[in-house]
Amino acid sequence: MSLNEQVLSYPIPNDTALEPPAEWAELRGTCPVAHVKLPSGDQATLLTRYADVKQVLADPRFTRQLNAPDAARLSAEGGGVFNSEIATIIPDGGEEHQHWRRLVGRWFTAKRMAALRPSMTAIAEQLIDDMVKRGQPGDLKAGLGFPLPVYVICDMLGVPAADRDRFSYWSDTLLNLTRYTQAEIEAAQGEFFQYMSDHLAAKRAEPGEDLLSELIAVGGPEDGGLADIQILVTGMALLVAGHETTANMIGKMVSMLLADRSRWERLLADPSLIRTAVEETLRLDANSGFGLPRYLREETEVSGTVLPRGTTVVCSMAAANRDESAFEAAAEMDLSRSPNPHLSFGTGAHSCLGQALARTELQVVLEVLLRRLPALELAVPVEELERVEGLAVGGLRTVPVRW
Amino acid sequence: MKVTVDEDKCCGAGQCVLIAPEVFDQREDDGVVILLEPEPGADQHVLVREAAAVCPAAAIEVSEEA
Ligand code: HEM
Ligand code: HEM
Ligand code: SF4
Repeated sequence: MSLNEQVLSYPIPNDTALEPPAEWAELRGTCPVAHVKLPSGDQATLLTRYADVKQVLADPRFTRQLNAPDAARLSAEGGGVFNSEIATIIPDGGEEHQHWRRLVGRWFTAKRMAALRPSMTAIAEQLIDDMVKRGQPGDLKAGLGFPLPVYVICDMLGVPAADRDRFSYWSDTLLNLTRYTQAEIEAAQGEFFQYMSDHLAAKRAEPGEDLLSELIAVGGPEDGGLADIQILVTGMALLVAGHETTANMIGKMVSMLLADRSRWERLLADPSLIRTAVEETLRLDANSGFGLPRYLREETEVSGTVLPRGTTVVCSMAAANRDESAFEAAAEMDLSRSPNPHLSFGTGAHSCLGQALARTELQVVLEVLLRRLPALELAVPVEELERVEGLAVGGLRTVPVRW
Repeated sequence: MKVTVDEDKCCGAGQCVLIAPEVFDQREDDGVVILLEPEPGADQHVLVREAAAVCPAAAIEVSEEA
């Protein structure tokens, strides 16, 4: 109860790049339903046990309506892109949300992802060649992690290769609210919106094989499709949802595997472990960001504690992923762990729509790195890796490597 | 082993197809799961159990009786 009384500040400060804060184990053990204070000063309830996080994320009474008048504000400045147009134009719950997910989700099937593999592999090989040409040590985040997901999403949206770097810039400005001035952010948002409007008009005139053309082909809302503005925002949302998350994960995955080089060697010896190794790094990602906030519409019980209506709950998937009651030897990295039902993509109706894409990208990156740069190693001691807090996910500032 | 899937619960995440493509597929038009093999062979059992365990929507049910 001691943690409970002193009211923990959340996010919990952590100076190490790859290790979890000690508080997680303590909270799971003695205070699974903890009061925390958010950066805004508002109070919320933090969940850290696997069973609780899983239950809450799958329970529709815990809504994403964090704009309710009595919901806790996450930060003093407001929530950025997730509180803006994107949130209001794409339905966030109920049947309408399900409808949107099914329309967009057809593009994210495992089969589509398998079909995208060869072009993803080519992109990864090209980026790695460029990084090698620039000489060592190189920054794997800037050279590979950051551009790859943008290039992949551009391909999916039918955006020509020549415009990829503009997309990178827009995505970065929309997400890194602290690095750019308000004027830069607004200008980027305006340009991005204009680009997407023109791009959509071009696709309407001359449809291609891309996701936007297919959404257009379904027709408008009266035909069971989406309105133009919804298609446009969906395109923008996919870039925003899929860029920073995946870019950071590529850097963290490679760092975790190189932090103890016997892991890398095990993968070199047996590349069939790539799939389970990717899942294990997702599970053990200790720097995955804020977690998922939910707003409670009616009184409910979690782990024997009554939560009143109006409570804002924060689910720490990263803490839940290390729960000993859900994973054997939970603190250990087991590259062949199976099954691995980690919660890094959320769970239930809202769980990450892009997870098959993200998984495929991570697998491809790892496969190409092992093949092309088997001698890869961190160019700095692990202790010198520096974390950055992104808006949606945490990451590493740079990932210096040699090969 | 007998497998059943709940199409209403499925959120189309495709985890099952990534893990056990011989047993699961997804509908082209909305990504919802298709059960290809309700009684998969022994070589698939480990993969099917893994798919059921990690399905984010808990949409896959496995019963172990023969
Ligand atoms: C197309 C993609 C996405 C859509 C449509 C979407 C939709 C939403 C909606 C509607 C809300 C509620 C906002 C409100 O009530 O004001 C929300 C909140 C939130 N979402 Fe998402 N989301 C998406 C992707 C993501 C991703 C990829 C992450 C994290 C990895 C994420 C993390 C959050 C967080 C942390 C909040 C609460 C913060 C806030 O309210 O500003 N979302 N999202
Ligand atoms: C490693 C990379 C990624 C991680 C860790 C991640 C994580 C998440 C999480 C935790 C959520 C749940 C938000 C909630 O429950 O409120 C989410 C939602 C979402 N993600 Fe991802 N994501 C990743 C990559 C991607 C990619 C590549 C895309 C697509 C291009 C994507 C698209 C979405 C969308 C559209 C949603 C909203 C789903 C909905 O509202 O139904 N994500 N992501
Ligand atoms: S893993 Fe579950 S939610 Fe995903 S497609 Fe398969 S059945 Fe549907």
